[in-house]
Amino acid sequence: MIPEEMRSALARKAASAESPREQAIDVMFELQDHYGYMTDEAMEEAAGILGMTTLELEELATFYDHIYRSPVGRYVIHVCDSAVCWMEGYQRIIDYLCQRLKLTVGGTSPDGLFTLLPVCCIGYCDRAPAMMINRNVYGRLTREKIDRILDRLIEHSQFHEME
Amino acid sequence: MYPQVLFRNRKPDRIVTLDEYRAGGGYRALGDVLRKRSAGEVCRVVDEAGLRGRGGAGFPASKKWESVPADGAYPRYLVANSDEMEPGTFKDRVLIHADPHTIIEGMILAGYAIGASKAFLFVRPSYESSAAIMERELRIAREAGYLGRNILGTDYSLDIVVHRSGGRYICGEASALLNAVMGKRPNPQRPPPYPTVKGLWERPTVVNNVETLANVPHILRNGPEWFRGLSRSKTPGTKLFCISGKVSRPGCVELPMGTRLNEIIEEHAGGMAPGSEFKACLPGGASTYFLTRDNLHAGMDFDGMAAVKNRLGTGAVIVFDRKTCLVGATLNLMRFFARESCGWCTPCREGLPYMRDLLERIEEGEGREEYIPMLRLMSRQVWNSYCALAPGAASPVESLLDHFADEVHEHISQKRCPFKD
Repeated sequence: MIPEEMRSALARKAASAESPREQAIDVMFELQDHYGYMTDEAMEEAAGILGMTTLELEELATFYDHIYRSPVGRYVIHVCDSAVCWMEGYQRIIDYLCQRLKLTVGGTSPDGLFTLLPVCCIGYCDRAPAMMINRNVYGRLTREKIDRILDRLIEHSQFHEME
Repeated sequence: MYPQVLFRNRKPDRIVTLDEYRAGGGYRALGDVLRKRSAGEVCRVVDEAGLRGRGGAGFPASKKWESVPADGAYPRYLVANSDEMEPGTFKDRVLIHADPHTIIEGMILAGYAIGASKAFLFVRPSYESSAAIMERELRIAREAGYLGRNILGTDYSLDIVVHRSGGRYICGEASALLNAVMGKRPNPQRPPPYPTVKGLWERPTVVNNVETLANVPHILRNGPEWFRGLSRSKTPGTKLFCISGKVSRPGCVELPMGTRLNEIIEEHAGGMAPGSEFKACLPGGASTYFLTRDNLHAGMDFDGMAAVKNRLGTGAVIVFDRKTCLVGATLNLMRFFARESCGWCTPCREGLPYMRDLLERIEEGEGREEYIPMLRLMSRQVWNSYCALAPGAASPVESLLDHFADEVHEHISQKRCPFKD
């Protein structure tokens, strides 16, 4: 169950659109942030708010890159595999991430913090190779830079756990 | 240095503010138009300027606007397309991060020209920073009276909202984009009816690329003659060119339409990256044809590219060097297109993975000579698909076979990729 306040805010958002289903992605993004991914319960909540059947919503949820119907880590790493990033060392970046985080492409690290997904093209071709973590973009990646980024995220998540 | 229009206010490290945009003459065209000119006049000026769409197809902007029937239903809608997922292309991101108000003013003027009361700016998830910037600047524009009810005290009202996408390449296709906005599965839809007749919620809707719209205020302020004079070719205006790959200074630059490819690479991108030698480039993004050294003199505009049997596309130049395997590069592109097929029609859904698999075998050293005519046949077959995604996907494959057949044969005869150690 989502908090009542959140439900009414989402309902207001849906009502303000030309038609409620226009807000399908925004509503799913918010519920996804709340649940961690689009759980079956989240799908039903969203469908109820949008006046859609869960099947209609499923058609969208399973189509889009940034809606997750299975559990993902707290941080979703999208590594750009466009032709430009491919040329500039995408494979080295993927190999290093897999080795350091002990996961495979499409998988989640054993600590549950990181999920690694390929994506194309994130539009940072002038800063290739590039990746995106929870919609923040990082370009001109090197091993050292990746280490710095991951260390900061791990530190951040530990800090939150202590709270 | 060429005249800068869309990048005239561009700062190296930050976004242009509303005050800076106004100080450079921003929003003057809007006041002038709303008080003194009719919607028809706006279309006429843009028509005389010869503004063509910057999203890839190059359709005249005024013709699209005029195809909204005079007696068409209300409300009408405008959609600014910044769903930029064509590999190699990042001009919309740079433009939004440079000068968002030139897009906002362009959207309001285009909205006025077609009688729209609501406009959407379609943004992909990878561009969350662009979405946040636009939401903030739209609020600022609204507070300043440029947006919302009775703009600048006139009878015209328009609201603009940012529409976030869930992220798929097909959403950049205009008819698929409209389905996406309505919360439907973003399959393309073949006309008729055209969106300008029946688009969003069956009302007249115009979809324009954000770069196209950003040109509109400047045309209305400075006139069609001025706009035509910016170009070095028959296609008027300037163009945002993205340059990436093996060059010294990858980036996005604004240059006159018709600027020669070799000038773009040698002068504006600082030449080839150290230690790299030019082999080929894709001149207009991933769905154009590989272009060789022989055609580097070609002018980058619609006619110049057509003259060398290529397409301007989005104007995104991806440069490949001698050490880069073009079979591998084409396989990378085909993996992308096969993954991004929406699956709606058979030639695309079945054809692209088939071509990907053939290329994969060739790259892995398991290729056979008979795969080459098979790839040719499939490249022709995918033209029977419902939208332009699959024909675009076939373009690099066809030109690989046309210009770099030796490289393909070498993979097959050596039973390995000659570029791998």
